[in-house]
Amino acid sequence: MLEMKGITKRFPGVIANYRVDFDVYPGEVHTLLGENGAGKSTLMKVLYGLYPADEGTVLVDGAEVVLESPNDAIEHGIGMVHQHFMLVPTLTVAENVSLGLKSSRGFLTDLAAVSQKIDELSSQYGLDIDPSAYIWQLSVGERQRVEIIKALYRDARILILDEPTAVLTPQEVDQLFVTLRKLTDDGRGLIFISHKLHEVLALSTRITVLRLGEVTGQIPVEGATRESLATMMVGRSVKLKPDKLPSEPGEVELDISDLTVMGDRGLVAIDNLSLEVRRGEILGIAGVSGNGQRELAETIAGLRKAESGSITVGGVDVTGAHPKTVRKAGLAYVPEERMREGAIAGFNVWENLLLIDHGSKDFLRRGLFDFGAITDYAQGLVEAFDVRTPSIDTPCGSLSGGNIQKVIMARELSSSPTVLVASQPTRGVDIGAAEYIHRRLIDKRNVLTDAEFIQAKLIEHRNACTAILMISEDLDEVFGLADRIAVLYEGRIMDIVDPDTATREQVGLLMAGVEPETN
Amino acid sequence: MSEVFTVAVLVAVVASAIRLAVPLLLASLGETFGQRSGVLNLGVDGIMLLGAFTGYYAVLKTGNVWVGLLAGLVIGLFLGLASAVIAVTLKAEQGISGIGIYLFGLGMSDLLFQKLVGTPIPIDTFPQVDVPILSSIPYIGEMFFQHSMVIYLAFAAVPLAMFVINRTTFGMNIRAVGEYPEAADTLGVSVAGVRYATQLIGGSLAGGAGAVLAISLGIFQQNLTNGAGFIAIALVYFGAWRPMGVMAGALLFGFINALVLELKTLEIIPRDLSNLAAMAPAIITILVLAFAAGRFKAPAALTKPFTRGK
Repeated sequence: MLEMKGITKRFPGVIANYRVDFDVYPGEVHTLLGENGAGKSTLMKVLYGLYPADEGTVLVDGAEVVLESPNDAIEHGIGMVHQHFMLVPTLTVAENVSLGLKSSRGFLTDLAAVSQKIDELSSQYGLDIDPSAYIWQLSVGERQRVEIIKALYRDARILILDEPTAVLTPQEVDQLFVTLRKLTDDGRGLIFISHKLHEVLALSTRITVLRLGEVTGQIPVEGATRESLATMMVGRSVKLKPDKLPSEPGEVELDISDLTVMGDRGLVAIDNLSLEVRRGEILGIAGVSGNGQRELAETIAGLRKAESGSITVGGVDVTGAHPKTVRKAGLAYVPEERMREGAIAGFNVWENLLLIDHGSKDFLRRGLFDFGAITDYAQGLVEAFDVRTPSIDTPCGSLSGGNIQKVIMARELSSSPTVLVASQPTRGVDIGAAEYIHRRLIDKRNVLTDAEFIQAKLIEHRNACTAILMISEDLDEVFGLADRIAVLYEGRIMDIVDPDTATREQVGLLMAGVEPETN
Repeated sequence: MSEVFTVAVLVAVVASAIRLAVPLLLASLGETFGQRSGVLNLGVDGIMLLGAFTGYYAVLKTGNVWVGLLAGLVIGLFLGLASAVIAVTLKAEQGISGIGIYLFGLGMSDLLFQKLVGTPIPIDTFPQVDVPILSSIPYIGEMFFQHSMVIYLAFAAVPLAMFVINRTTFGMNIRAVGEYPEAADTLGVSVAGVRYATQLIGGSLAGGAGAVLAISLGIFQQNLTNGAGFIAIALVYFGAWRPMGVMAGALLFGFINALVLELKTLEIIPRDLSNLAAMAPAIITILVLAFAAGRFKAPAALTKPFTRGK
């Protein structure tokens, strides 16, 4: 029903898609797989009329179509569930759905009629949405269902789902898959974008893999394995689970007790929470985003006020302390918002590496920057952390997400912290880079692994035995890295489980707020 | 002191407050449309000044106040179009480009006045239209129902604006575009189209507001608005981007102005302090805005130009 032929899309300095062929048959789920930056989103934006293609043609039902705007795409029955939901938070579900459509009442809105049709679609596909609710009142999973309804309301026969599972709990993913199967039973064609291999294998009919803008393979799901897909994505074999030795936790370095914190809307975001992280261990915080992760990290880092409770870092009480004091106590912080809080896009690599230590005597000569020392230092970190940058004078904003994250990690770990708080350390980072950052976190914990980095490690981490609090929405990451997993739900720790014995389903239920069985 | 606050004085102050509120109300309603769609037009005062001169000049030449009002609306429409080209198509920094429009209006209105008129000649003002029956109610009639037609029309524009913003597809598009233009764009709503429309509405209402001001006073002079356009922008924030709130703000400022004028006339405020008293509206603006700041959320995309696929 859909054919894209020879699509090429260039951006200044980059070829995002090169002669990509892609097609969809009715009733199938065709997955588009690839690392971040492989060109999946670009290809879909071309299909949805958001980007013009430089070369190539798109055929719908055998006839060539021109897609110059989302309107054209909608007209040809193409719908898209965007990764970043395209919903206006201050409008209701019905208003969002009817936006851009002709009203049956002329220039007046016809929300009653729209609501009725939404109810019909909801019950038909098990989507369960109240048309009169405002978007800001809805959970992430509900918002996604609104996105699907929006596309169905417009009679989308081809539905693009751009990383729909990234923000969902495992149970919500199951529910989504049930809905998606109903859609394919109706003869609709789905394009599923993901880099979670087990989901791809569970849902797909066919899989097309993109790497660096080119198709590297197209295979039916039968016979595909996680390893074979990962190899196609990255171009070499990948370890899906990082190696690590069992942890040998020491004394408590980060101690949070009875902490209560308010969120931006003035509601309780962290609710009487207590946690301990010991030196030499990684405590993973799992949970769906918006359950207090950001507030927890910010409060530890001194960026948000605690209502009550206390936080100690390395034995020093830092509750309510200035971020500088908290850092002095031995905290390093890798924030969730890499580009907004972690690095300054307009600053170049060495400036970003020096953000914390620019007042240090090591880098000053008579009060002015000592560029010799700075260059040596920055160059050293760039090499140690394998930052792929043309030079240390390149602005951080022009690096890839993974390389920016490596710059931030380099800066934060260079101070040999007692405690490291890392929020979403690999979100939006390519698997190649993610693999590296994982390795680094483990090195930090235990100096004796991974011969490849021994030299850098010996110098850099000679005092290291850091207590690491890792906040992540990626269950694979939490299971792969953490020594203990604490599940955060509505600002409370539901339970702390051992990743070696706990199952994903068990953690998924905790993430959804289901109390653990006590026996 | 007490004999000053007689019923007669109060009635006069309220009636005058309503009259003084109208130019602010019109300009502010227009700016509300613009801001709800995500465009901040700081040039309102400049558009008002050109609208005021054009309206004044048209009445001077034709003797018809309605031709004057129409002239103000039309010149405002053109300046609204210019604002839209600058802010929407050229994607200029809205905090700066509006200042350019203001300075243009300020200079151009004075230049035209000097070249075309020179010495101020009084013109006809809007005739008073008493509302049948209601205007004969004691006190109430004098306060609310013995005004000119434009004043009734301006207040009628408030529910109309509410209706357009909240009940029409156009209004829904405005709200969507001001809040999350990317989402509106993916559904085929023309972000630029909606923003052009709100700039045209805002421009013509600002031009009309200026014309109402000049024709009500029956005169034009350099910088006639005395910053009313900036107060109008502040009122949009004060009114939390809602027509009713904007109207409440316009009435409050009209009332303060009327009170200060009345107290000056009655020489309660000593003559040498009258300049100080003239600052009252400005000071109250600052206080009210400081109080209102952060209580209500501005449209999320306010002042942000939209580029597809970014």
